Amino acid sequence: MLTFVNIVVAGLLTGCVYGLMALGLSVIFGVIRIINFAHGAMMVVAMYFVLVANQKFGLDPLVAMPLIAAALFLAGYALQRGVINRYIARPEHEQFLLLLAVSIILTSSTLIAFGPDARSVHVDYAYDSYEIGGVLVDKVRALAALGAISGVAALWAFFRFTRTGKSIRACADNHVGAEVVGLNVKQLYAMTFGIGATCVGASGALLLLLVDVQPYIADDYTLLAFIIVIIGGLGSMPGALLGGLLVGVSEAVSGFVIMPSLKSMFSFGLLIIVLLVRPQGLLGRHV
Amino acid sequence: MNLLISSTMQRRSAMALAFFVAVMLVLPLFAGNYVVSMLVVVLFSAYVGQAWNLMMGYAGQLSLGHALYVGLGAYISGALFVHYGLPPWIGMLAGMAAAGLAGVVIAALSFRFGVTGVYFALLTIAFAEFTRIAFNHFAWVGGSSGLYLPVVTLTRDDIVHLRGSPTMFYYVLLALTLAALALSHLLLGRRVGFYWRAIREDQEAAQAAGIDVFRYKVAAVALSATMTAIAGALMAFYDNNLYPDTAFGISRSIDIITAPIIGGLGTLFGPILGAFVLTMLSETMTSLSANLGVNGLKQWIYGATLLVIVMLQPAGLWPWLKTLLRLDEGKL
Repeated sequence: MLTFVNIVVAGLLTGCVYGLMALGLSVIFGVIRIINFAHGAMMVVAMYFVLVANQKFGLDPLVAMPLIAAALFLAGYALQRGVINRYIARPEHEQFLLLLAVSIILTSSTLIAFGPDARSVHVDYAYDSYEIGGVLVDKVRALAALGAISGVAALWAFFRFTRTGKSIRACADNHVGAEVVGLNVKQLYAMTFGIGATCVGASGALLLLLVDVQPYIADDYTLLAFIIVIIGGLGSMPGALLGGLLVGVSEAVSGFVIMPSLKSMFSFGLLIIVLLVRPQGLLGRHV
Repeated sequence: MNLLISSTMQRRSAMALAFFVAVMLVLPLFAGNYVVSMLVVVLFSAYVGQAWNLMMGYAGQLSLGHALYVGLGAYISGALFVHYGLPPWIGMLAGMAAAGLAGVVIAALSFRFGVTGVYFALLTIAFAEFTRIAFNHFAWVGGSSGLYLPVVTLTRDDIVHLRGSPTMFYYVLLALTLAALALSHLLLGRRVGFYWRAIREDQEAAQAAGIDVFRYKVAAVALSATMTAIAGALMAFYDNNLYPDTAFGISRSIDIITAPIIGGLGTLFGPILGAFVLTMLSETMTSLSANLGVNGLKQWIYGATLLVIVMLQPAGLWPWLKTLLRLDEGKL
């Protein structure tokens, strides 16, 4: 029984990081109405930067997290401003092809630069753990979850209290209305994509504490982010978090009870059920 | 005057098509083995692209999980052959039936529950991935270590048992591609083709005009899935080995849909042109990066080319080439 609790707790903690990653996808879709098929590829690029920072300069991934988050904000901003903005009113398949091309270019760039082998960071506390009431908690997992939660809290505060955050929410609610009151929608869209990229960068840094990085995992994480936001509700911020926690626990439990290689089958199964029973997602408002 | 121009253009496009067919028919006589096996890949991609194009290009339903139907066609015909010695063409029928049924179930579930657009596309990925992982743990078809079809070396081609040279598969796939082209052309001129395009342009308006939207959408998915399974069965007997990750994987689904999008979505000849362009590009890049010994260079150039095409010709290459060659609007 205690083992089971351990597993669920570990799943919840990993789920926090998943939640932050999926939040990026959800924010981008909720505001710009574009599905970011390059989500996993952007995260893999961020993970490699954190890896290099760790191996060359001994930087802890937790310290690198704000730096990579800021770098990805700029990259995301530039990408939206330079390329994606032109595709906003275009058909879905053109947007898909555009982001697919971006994804292929990013993934293959990491392949050219770092080769196909799996790599990981080394931190001194990799094997430390806390014991809380008999439940064992890995230190890396706890720190990663803490990092993710603070990222989510910062994002929430940004959308709730800052003028830019409110303007972005206004764009999401009513595009035409936002233009009528004089908001610079293109600029705000670029900000939004930057914020989505920030989530990806931060969660990549945190995830690197838990998993190895290799170029080919990009598609898996893109799919994982899709699953999470659809379960939670595309465009809903609390939904992305809830979806992240659910998928984290589902992966951990099915990996333990049945077998690790079947864990994503359960996530996809969960996704199919949610789509059929409640297509707008658990916390989504409308399709 | 306009009529006159349009009839010369129709004649031009008929001649262009005849020229294309003639070239394709005689090509294996002059081409070496390497070129023929590359053309097999081209035609596979062209045919599957046409099947996908029927569903997305005409009926407007985006499937990002078409590998599901390739995989079902391949695995069912392959496994029936390995376990019961069932002839390929009969196994193919079973695969087509299974894929068609899968298409009907997925489409009916989605459209009945109001899952459309982006959500439908993601649902198709989910079903394909679910099946991929399931087949990785399905011992009867070899699980993740793959299904191997026994290979016999023959002195001549045996089309009944689908055993033979790449040239034989080339002609089978060429026949399929031309048949798919003819079928698409035929359906477009009929009631169902007009209904599909009406649904694609505005589903609510189509519904209001009295079209049974649900039925025609499900029919488009079922037809596309069934056609795709044929290619899957041929792939099983051409490759002789099947792995869930390559048969059902998301990268196959993406490969399937890039050719028709690059070529020109919703055009008759676009999927064929797209298949030529992308396969040639991919082959050239493979040999180039093998020579240079750089991992990932191939994918990088492939991605960069996609980016250039989608930025310069977002409607695809065929509409652009068609204007350049002054071919008839409606015919190809």
